[in-house]
Amino acid sequence: MNAQLKPREFPLPSTVKVISGTERAQAAYPYHVQFSKADDQKFWFYNSMHFPEPMSAFDMVTAEAAYCALGAANTRVHCLPTTLGIDHRIINGRVYIGGNAVTDPKEIARRTVEFQKRAFYYYQNWESLYAQWKQKMLKLIEDARALPDPALPEFEPLEHVHAGRGIASNHDLLVTYQKALEGYFRMWHHHFEFLLLGYGAYLTFFGFCKKAFPEITDQTIARMVAGIDAEIFRPDDELRRLARCAVDLDVDAHFLEGSSVDDIMRSLRASGEPGRRWLEELQISRDPWFNINVGDGFYHYHRSWNDDLTMPFSAIPGYARSVRAGQLLDRQVERLRDERSRLIADYRELLANEEERAAYDQMIGLAHRVFPYVEGHKFYCEHWYTNLFFNKIRSFGAMLAAQGFFASAEDVFHLTHYELEAAIIDLMNAWSSGSGPRGPAHWPPIVAERKAAIVEWSRHETPPALGPIPDVIDDPAIVMLWGITRESLDNWLSAGTATDTNEVRGFAASSGVVEGIARIVRSVEDISRLQQGDILVCHVTNPTWTPVFQKIRAAVSDIGGSMSHAAIVAREYGLPAVVGTGNATSKIKDGQRIRVDGGRGIVTLLH
Amino acid sequence: MAKYISWFRDIGLDDRPKVGGKGGSLGELQRAGIDVPPGFVVRTEAFEDFIDALERHSPVRARVEGLAADELEGIGAVSRELRTRIEDAPLSAELLQEIGAAYRGLGEAGLAPAVAVRSSATTEDAADASFAGLQDTYLWVTPADSVVRKIRSCWASLYSLESLSYRRRLGIAESTVAMAVVVQTMVDARTAGVMFTRSPISGDRSVIAIEGAWGLGSALVSGEVTPDRWVVAKITGEISVREISDKAIRHAQSPGGGVEELSVEQSLRREPCLSDGELQSLRAIGRQVERHYGRPQDIEWAIDRHTQQILLLQSRPETVWSNKDAQTAAVRVTDPLLHVMRIFGGQR
Repeated sequence: MNAQLKPREFPLPSTVKVISGTERAQAAYPYHVQFSKADDQKFWFYNSMHFPEPMSAFDMVTAEAAYCALGAANTRVHCLPTTLGIDHRIINGRVYIGGNAVTDPKEIARRTVEFQKRAFYYYQNWESLYAQWKQKMLKLIEDARALPDPALPEFEPLEHVHAGRGIASNHDLLVTYQKALEGYFRMWHHHFEFLLLGYGAYLTFFGFCKKAFPEITDQTIARMVAGIDAEIFRPDDELRRLARCAVDLDVDAHFLEGSSVDDIMRSLRASGEPGRRWLEELQISRDPWFNINVGDGFYHYHRSWNDDLTMPFSAIPGYARSVRAGQLLDRQVERLRDERSRLIADYRELLANEEERAAYDQMIGLAHRVFPYVEGHKFYCEHWYTNLFFNKIRSFGAMLAAQGFFASAEDVFHLTHYELEAAIIDLMNAWSSGSGPRGPAHWPPIVAERKAAIVEWSRHETPPALGPIPDVIDDPAIVMLWGITRESLDNWLSAGTATDTNEVRGFAASSGVVEGIARIVRSVEDISRLQQGDILVCHVTNPTWTPVFQKIRAAVSDIGGSMSHAAIVAREYGLPAVVGTGNATSKIKDGQRIRVDGGRGIVTLLH
Repeated sequence: MAKYISWFRDIGLDDRPKVGGKGGSLGELQRAGIDVPPGFVVRTEAFEDFIDALERHSPVRARVEGLAADELEGIGAVSRELRTRIEDAPLSAELLQEIGAAYRGLGEAGLAPAVAVRSSATTEDAADASFAGLQDTYLWVTPADSVVRKIRSCWASLYSLESLSYRRRLGIAESTVAMAVVVQTMVDARTAGVMFTRSPISGDRSVIAIEGAWGLGSALVSGEVTPDRWVVAKITGEISVREISDKAIRHAQSPGGGVEELSVEQSLRREPCLSDGELQSLRAIGRQVERHYGRPQDIEWAIDRHTQQILLLQSRPETVWSNKDAQTAAVRVTDPLLHVMRIFGGQR
């Protein structure tokens, strides 16, 4: 590495090579997401926020579906004046995206007229449209839950025949698969129905605060806007409730730290009536509040609490101890609400004049109006629905594995969704013809090759951006969703040249200074290694990790902004947090002593 | 009630014509429930009666008013003459008695307390604040006869070359010129400094900038030591800036009276001179004072070495940013939705 000679520009897409030996895995992605020479004209950046790890072939459906919907909302539905949608490309399993800004003043003016007819209608009717949105989402979820698990009987059931059904069970496979896929694409349209408008209203208030109070921290503004009873707090609330139940029923001793979920379940069942009653309470909480996954929902392996109770169960002992110690456990919603009102009023009082106060009232009013959606949609979309979808695909994987297509059900995620449809049709044909499917001979070597490619891709760093550097990032969608500005590009460019320091810098997400032992948590399995008083260092802090916040003294993440849910939770718990460091998990060593200054966004490595 | 003396607790800002800006401010702070070092003011009546007594021998005010603003040599000569007369003239028995009694009231029985003697000009709040800076402050003054001498020195400072030429340039009538003198218990400061209830850098009213150094505040005010610096969010208490400097020297009481410079022991030089708890206490005090006055303040404070109590030595309105044209961040619009066009409309 020759740091000084590193040019201060990003490589062109055409110069980025597919890593040797992974060419066929790369070729699996459809033609329209492969980089071409023409893409050298455009600026791209690696979407490490949503896709921090190389994507398996199937998981790419998330990029396709999400950008289809995001772009439609921006370009065609709300007609954002200065931006269209987002293009995406895939190389070495990494998703690069590029915005399409509108710069012609005439076109901006034309789109502004449309925008105000459309977006303003949404703002004006926000509550009723959002209520309608929830109904649509719940219906979509219900439809997804109603989809049967795929199965092929030897003979068509007699009742189908006598009823004159007229279609055979192999056709049901296609219907189920296409409905599942259609539902996923539809979900992403719902996801983006309000999102940009919501962020826009929030950023309007944010920009105002930064102008009126140049030294205000992002987290203070976030605290003024953040919801108090958003859905995202519910899973953790349910855990507190269950811990209280466990103490009331005197079954909390069954939650031994280090015990497996199965052991705990067995021991609860064996305990008789109290254990049975607690398990009933567990069922109440699970549907729907345990439908949150341990990641951002963009990878098939981000399983939900319902799929794996390790995470929620690991939180019960700590909460139960607090109950036993007589410490109040419920989130004090009233107190939090009062604190927020106080904060808003105190800043309001500091404004220069009545005109400013009036503008402040207007902007925070709008921010509060839109924010329930911004916070709430994730539970329905990225968590609940995504879990249903990936689990449905998993059930196809199980069926195909049983037919010899794969060694395990999980292998299904190494096929693109186009290929999966082909494999399903292969099986449909084989079932109908009575001969064997071709898949068992075809897919195993391909799956093996693609698994190896993922491993290989994850060993290589990928450039943070590609192509010519724009003078300014004036695309509000990119600024809003990814927090990317001209300054952050300069930071990326200088990151490679910085000599090694004992500091990691990120967003100041929650203030306070503590020192402690760093615990690098890369997966759910690592969570059990967290000791009371450790500092959590992870790639993405996620709301579903909330239960671990009772154990830790501070949190550090590679990815996330000051408005990320983890930042909100850290503030609630009063823990220092630094998020969006880019490289904390690679720079900090497990077990190393570190100091986290959450007010300044600095992590210091102590030796 | 004493004719010439007022205790801080009995005065406020409205009394400024008779107790001066500094005295009025200290009284006002105490009224607002803020801890200030105990003290009293020698009111302007004392100064006026004193000058009247001098004038019975030969004119004072007329001598000044006879000077032309550009006549520097003449002003110099009159300044020297009047200052000598003021420093040499005796005080009336009544005034001496009142000062002596009040001074003794500041100390424990039988002890002569160390005090600060500070001029408190009635014009201090005038547009040209620098005029106030022309007056004098004397630290660690003891015993009573030294206090009396320093009070006269304060009065005499009103006839310094700078003060006289300033008044002549502005054509201020001498009959309107008067000075009160503040006599205040010295704080044996462990740490002292200043605090602005808005950012001196950006003008942000939502933060408090605090600077402090070991020992008496004079080391910091005179620029002999680079202070530690913090920026604390006024409302949330978040500390966004912590700059701990190498504080090589500190000011302390000199055994012979006055102030001496000492070197700070090695282990303390790079240590923060305030704890987080003290920063939060200062923040609370700063907010309270600002609310009391209804505008951002520029405050001097000290922490007593023995009691660890925070005391305010002075508070005055912040002038730098208040005098700038404030840029309004945004104004009310008929349709609140139009605000979002700042984000969506490419107007940034």
